[in-house]
This record gives sequence, structure tokens and C-alpha cells, in this order.
Amino acid sequence: MSSVTHDDVLGHGHDAHHHHPTGLMRWVTTTNHKDIGTMYLWFSFIMFLVGGTMAMTIRSELFEPGLQIVQPEFFNSLTTLHGLIMIFGAIMPAAVGFANWQIPMMIGAPDMAFARMNNWSFWLLPPAAVLLIGSLFVPGGGAAGGWTMYPPLSVQLGMGMDMTIFAVHIMGASSIMGSINIITTILNMRAPGMTLMKMPLFCWSWLITAYLLIAVMPVLAGAVTMLLTDRHFGTSFFNAAGGGDPVLFQHVFWFFGHPEVYILILPAFGIISEIIPAFARKPLFGYASMVYALAAIAILSFLVWAHHMFTVGMPTAGLLFFMYATMLIAVPTGVKVFNWVATMWRGSMTFEAPMLFALGFLFLFTIGGFTGLVLAITPVDIQLQDTYYVVAHFHYVMVAGSLFAFFGGTYYWIPKWTGTMYDEKLAKLHFWSSLIAFNVAFFPMHFLGLAGMPRRIPDYSQQFTDWNMVSTVGAFWFGLSQFIFLYVVLKCIAHKGEKAPGKPWEGATTLEWTLPSPAPYHTFETPPVVK
Amino acid sequence: MIRNCRGSAPPRFIGRALAALGALPAAALAAPAWNFQTPVTPIAREQFDLHLYIFWICVVIFIGVFGVLFYSLLKHRKSVGHQAAQFHENTTVEVVWTVIPFLILVFMAYPASKTILALKDTSAPDMTIKVTGYQWKWNYDYIEDGFGFYSTLATPFDQIENRAPKDENYLLEVDHPLVVPVDTKVRVLITAGDVIHSWWVPAFGVKQDAIPGFVRDTWFKADKVGTYRGQCAELCGKDHGFMPVVVEVKSKDDYAKWSAEQKKALAAAADDPHKLWDQGALVARGEKVFNANCAACHQASGTGNAAAKIPALVGDAVVLGPAKAQIDIVLNGRNGMPSWKHLPDTDIAAAITYTRNSWGNKAGEGLVQPAAVEAERK
Repeated sequence: MSSVTHDDVLGHGHDAHHHHPTGLMRWVTTTNHKDIGTMYLWFSFIMFLVGGTMAMTIRSELFEPGLQIVQPEFFNSLTTLHGLIMIFGAIMPAAVGFANWQIPMMIGAPDMAFARMNNWSFWLLPPAAVLLIGSLFVPGGGAAGGWTMYPPLSVQLGMGMDMTIFAVHIMGASSIMGSINIITTILNMRAPGMTLMKMPLFCWSWLITAYLLIAVMPVLAGAVTMLLTDRHFGTSFFNAAGGGDPVLFQHVFWFFGHPEVYILILPAFGIISEIIPAFARKPLFGYASMVYALAAIAILSFLVWAHHMFTVGMPTAGLLFFMYATMLIAVPTGVKVFNWVATMWRGSMTFEAPMLFALGFLFLFTIGGFTGLVLAITPVDIQLQDTYYVVAHFHYVMVAGSLFAFFGGTYYWIPKWTGTMYDEKLAKLHFWSSLIAFNVAFFPMHFLGLAGMPRRIPDYSQQFTDWNMVSTVGAFWFGLSQFIFLYVVLKCIAHKGEKAPGKPWEGATTLEWTLPSPAPYHTFETPPVVK
Repeated sequence: MIRNCRGSAPPRFIGRALAALGALPAAALAAPAWNFQTPVTPIAREQFDLHLYIFWICVVIFIGVFGVLFYSLLKHRKSVGHQAAQFHENTTVEVVWTVIPFLILVFMAYPASKTILALKDTSAPDMTIKVTGYQWKWNYDYIEDGFGFYSTLATPFDQIENRAPKDENYLLEVDHPLVVPVDTKVRVLITAGDVIHSWWVPAFGVKQDAIPGFVRDTWFKADKVGTYRGQCAELCGKDHGFMPVVVEVKSKDDYAKWSAEQKKALAAAADDPHKLWDQGALVARGEKVFNANCAACHQASGTGNAAAKIPALVGDAVVLGPAKAQIDIVLNGRNGMPSWKHLPDTDIAAAITYTRNSWGNKAGEGLVQPAAVEAERK
């Protein structure tokens, strides 16, 4: 845990008057945005390890043809839960953890707007995680229909599916509360003088993300509720024999699912937009166009959902519309990449770990963006849909995109959180090891997909063997590399390292760097004035 | 299908992983699979070219943008003493790099749209085949000719469970491939009997989801004789990875011969539903029918699967009771059990007779004649 306790801040007399509980109860009852941010980040890391263990099991089974490690049904549960846990358990909570820690400090607010609701939205997550992971151990096994839960397959499954549905409901409620909190905090609690267009881009990215979450989480809740009533209460939303349509689920799910993809990546964009100017020692290029690009991406995300379903048999007009709309997303995304490059152009760059991760993000996310463009082309997508090419694509944007940004963000802000500089050598090792291993693991998947290997299969024909072996080796390398990260973080928390100054980064300009390191338990009780 | 995990697997696996690590460059060089399979239909060829076209545009943009970035990374760093400029806006540049990508997209969208129009044009087919996806096999119906058959995985379990060497077409071989003539526009009607599947033949550029309750269509016109292999592309449950699609494209003459044989066999195989069978012959036939259709759920041993709520047939009240009730369930389904009325009367009668006289079952009404099934159909 990042040990920002009141003991660390003896210089701040007002803290001594607070008698909050200690030990476990401190974390259960806390309403402090920093404590809650810490819990979100730890929860996320633990889920990352759980989901990662599942990924390692999947890669082990796929090391060579034939069934070696797991049975097909369990394999399907693993791919399903790996997806759900990584999306809802690892990436989203990590983004909320960053929001909790950083948004109040970056806008000069003392805490989040709804401090008790903040506590509640975090503490909903552990029960959801228990439901998800526990579903593996009930009769009939865990949900095995893929994280997309398409009926009728998901109607056939056992009670593990019901546990997954409830977990999704709970996590959705948590996300909606978190979003309400973030929106209210940003709109009402900015320091005097900080207009919206002076706000750090990380806060902008979260403001837009929070609106997306509020718009689409109820849609997902609706989809899984219909699934639940189809399963148990005799409705036929998705059953043709009763007048329903299995494809309806896909439309509703992806109306949630595509904005969800941007929910996972926009906060990462925000973090990168903080890191690059700080290490280029130069203001962010095109601030206003960055904000407009975020908004454009968010709006377009509601118009492209059916590109996940090009093979269901849509009318020609549908194929054309969703192809054009999807291709359009390349424009605002391109603007962001160009702006980041222009920010570095003629800067004065140094390459500490946060900057390395930002560059790794830029490089690999762009590859993921290009494969996204390839997939947007309907006739090509018809070949690539549901193949390993798609698996490669979304791991380039989710792992090398979101996850790398979160690693960069952690290294960037951990001096502020713990008061201790991280171990630069180990952090750089973590970066290079992750970068290379990631590509060894995921780049060959492009070839597998092109050559015709479907995703979500426990066994494959022999022409796919070579690349699968390479991929498995890369996956284990990537997984093990993350223990370097854990070690570096624990070292900071144990204060083993150089003491961090209030502003360790020469080029950093946002408000949190005006505070001492570690940040006191309560900050900005008197708002700063932004000129 | 019960597959046992062998105890010795993990240590062997680790050994192989280490070996693979050493052989990484060799494996990468030897790998045959980099790109789409060789296309044999006009649509697949267009997809192939379209993919390369988009790919090379992306490569050029990537090199351009990251060329600039890498130049910047080398020259604009603090360690070489570069001083940071402080510009942070330039409307002209920003408009240019919004408009140019848009124009590039137009050049990508134009050929893609043409291909979409072509691949959706299922009009004027020379023949029509109906494809039905089931857990976990395909059924092909030649609509004009009136015959059809199931197509299931032919790879033996021994190979899947690593007890026998894997042959060349491991997991991509079936007992009865779909057979079509070359240079013929084949319209494919696609549906499913249980969950969503997806019928995919990469060399044809065809992938169409099979949706229970709805019929979708697509088409292909293969211009090269040969055998083409694909797989189910939509997760459909336990054996999703084990329901390949194999299509044999024959010359028109060979196809005509094959088709005539199928029709002859169809006529020969038709059973007279009023034939009276003796119990032994019906049980023998019933065992085959049961193992091909019923054993996937009820198990070859008739013990069912309690975890999946599939009842055991051993000692089951319906199996031991009056035949009429059992015929009704087989014809119309019950709870999770689908209807089997597409099977001929003789097959249903045989399967029922088999369950009534196997695994220790000794039903009062032990022999069920095909006529009894016919009578229940109505």
C-alpha cells in the first residue's frame, strides 16, 4: 500500500485532529480519495495477476497442438474470465484509481465530491470479483461463452453464468457511481481560475470517459438482464422460437461494447498527454484539438458498434455505413498521435521510465490503430473476424495501450504518492523486458489470424504450431516481467530509495507538483488560485 | 467426449518450452503461415489484394510518422543539449493533418465498397446448398437434388490426446466433405440448430454466421479444383475447435458422377417404414444411430451427465415404460433435449429399441417398429 498515512505528514498540524480508524478498518471506512485510489490500484493489480494466470494457462495449452493441460470446456471458461477480469477487474479499476488519486490534486480540490459514495463504489468490486472467480468452482463450471456472452450459447450454461451476470451488474453499478463522482468533482470543484479549457488533459479524458460510462453501463445491464430472464423466467428476447432474435443481443451488447473500448483507452490517452509534455519540457501541442479529438472519438464510438458483427449477415447499407463510420475514427485518433509527436518535436527530451512507457505506448498503440483500420474494411474483416488477428489487435490497444500508459502513470506519480523515487534502473528493465516480450507474444498472432487460426479454440492444426510456440514463450516472459514492476512499487512503499522532492520532474506543470511529496493526507483544503 | 489429462504433461511441457526458446529464430524462419491462404474465388482474391493495399498504405504512414518521431528522439534530447522550443499550436498544420488522413480514407473506402457490393450479390446462383450448424458438426443439404449429409470431425481422439502421431490435416479433416463443382456460383443458405456457429472457408473468402431461427445467405464460385479447409469461427461451446469445414471442389464431370452416386445411394437407403424388423437387427442398427446422435449427451454408456442435467437412460422410467411416451420425447424434444424428427422412422425406432435393450435395461415393450414412430408423427 502506498503508505500515505497521517504519520508521514507531521508538518501538517491539522491532520493530527483527525482520529480515523487504523489497521483494516481504516481501509474499510475510509472516505479519503488517496486511500480509495490506492485500494483501486491494488485491487486492479491483484486482478491483473489473476487474469494473467489464466492467460498463462491458455498460452500453455496452446503451446503445441493436442490437448495437454486443460479440457476444452475449462479452456472456454478461462478465455471468458480472462477477458472479463482484465477489462472489468484490472483496466477499469486501475483507471479509476488514477482518477481518485490525481483528479482532486490536479484540479486543486480537497477530495472527491461524494466521499462516502466513493468508498462504496470501491467496496462493491471485491464481491464482484469473488462472484467471477468463484464461478469457476460451482457445478457446471464458470461462464464459458466468451466475455461477449452471446446467446443462445450463454443460455445453455450453468450457474457460473448467473454469477457472471450478477458480477457484471455490480461492477456496472460501481462504475456508474464512480463516474457520477468524477463528473461532479470536475465540474464543481476546480480551483478558482481553472476554466475547463485550462484543465489538465488527464481530467478531460476522465470527464469524457465518465459520460461514456454513464451512457453505456445501463445498456450492458439491460443486455445481461434480458439474458438472465431468458435463462430463468421464460422470456424469449434472444430465442427465435419465441419470437426473439439472438442477434439482438449482439447489437445491444456492442452498443455498450464499443464505447467501452474507449472507456478503457481514453484515461490512458490522458496519462500519456501528461507524461509527454513533462519529459519533452514543452507544452502539449494542440491542447484544444486534443480535447476536441477526445470528444469526437467518444461521439463516434456510439455509431460504430456493428463493426464487431460484420459476419452476422447485415444488409449492404449496414455494412457500408458501419465501415465508413469506423474508418472515420482514424481521423481524431490520428490527430492525437500527430499532436503527441509534435509535442516532442524540438523539445528537450529525457527518457526516464514514464517517458519510455509513453513512447512504447505511442509506438504499439499506433500499430493497434492500424490493424483496427484494416479490420474496419468490411471485406477484409470478413476474413479476419474471430481470428487471432483480432486477438492481436485488441491486445495491442489494451495491453500496449492502456496497460503501458498505466505503468507509465505509476512511475510518473509514485514519487508523489509515496514520497520515494522509484528505482530507475529496474523500471527501465521492466520497460524493455515488457516491450520486447509483449511483441514476441502478440506480434505472431497477426500471422496466425491471417493464416486462418480462429480465436477461442483449445487446439489447432499443425501449420499454426510455430507461431503459437513463439507466442507462448513471449507471454510467459511478459508475465514474469511484471514482478519487476511489483518489486519496484513495493520498494517505493517501503521508502527504500531516494527521497522524492515535491516536483521530481523538471518539465511537470500541473498542480499536484506544487504539493510536498508524499502528498499529505489532506490536500488543497484551501484551493489554490490558478492564473 | 471425455479427454483425460495425462499426468506426465507438465514436465514434458516445460522441457519443450525450453527447447522452443532455443529454436526461436529457426521456428520463425520455418513458419509457413504469414498471410491469407491462397484465394480461389473472385471475392477472396479481392479481399487478398484489398488487405495488401491497406497494409502498405499503413506501412508508409507508419514509417513517415515514426521517422519524424525517431529523428526527434535522436536530435531533440536534453543529453545532446537541445533547448526546448515553446510553440504549442499551429492551426494550419492541425487542419492539414486532419484533412489528409480523411482523403486517404476515401481512397481506402472506394475499392472496399465495390467489394462489399460484389460479395453481397447472391443473385442468379447455379446451385443452392443449405448449411446447418450443430454442436458440433455441419449438415449440408443439396436443395435441388434432395440429398444431404452430416459432416463431422474425422481426426481420431488418439491424435488429439497425443497418443498417436498427428496426421497432415489434423483437426481439418471430416468424414463427409461438402462437394461442389468448379466454376459454379454456389449460393449457400446458412442457419443453425442450437447456438450460433460461423461457416468459414478462408480460400473462398466466405465467413457467415449460422444463426438459429434465421437463414442468412452468401455465395462463392471456386475456380480451382481441390480440397479447401476452414473451421467454425464463432464460439459454440465445448467442441468449437473441433468442427472443421472441408469443401471438395470437383470438375463438373466428376461432380456429376458424384451427385448421381449420392442420388442412387439415397434411393437405396430409403427404408420401407412398414417393414417389420426383428429385435436383434433393430438393436444392432440402433447402436449406430444412438452413438452418432444421442451419445454426445446421454453417453455411450447411457449414464447421462448429472452435472449438465442430462438424465441417465439406464433404468429410466420413460425408457422402461410405454413406448409411445418415449417416441414422443424423441420426436418433439423435452427440456434441453432437441427434437430428432429429422431422422427417419427406422432410425428412431432402432435407437429407441436399442435403449430399451441395453446396459441392463429390459423394457416390457422391448421392440418398437418403425410404423409406431410413423403413427406418432402426424
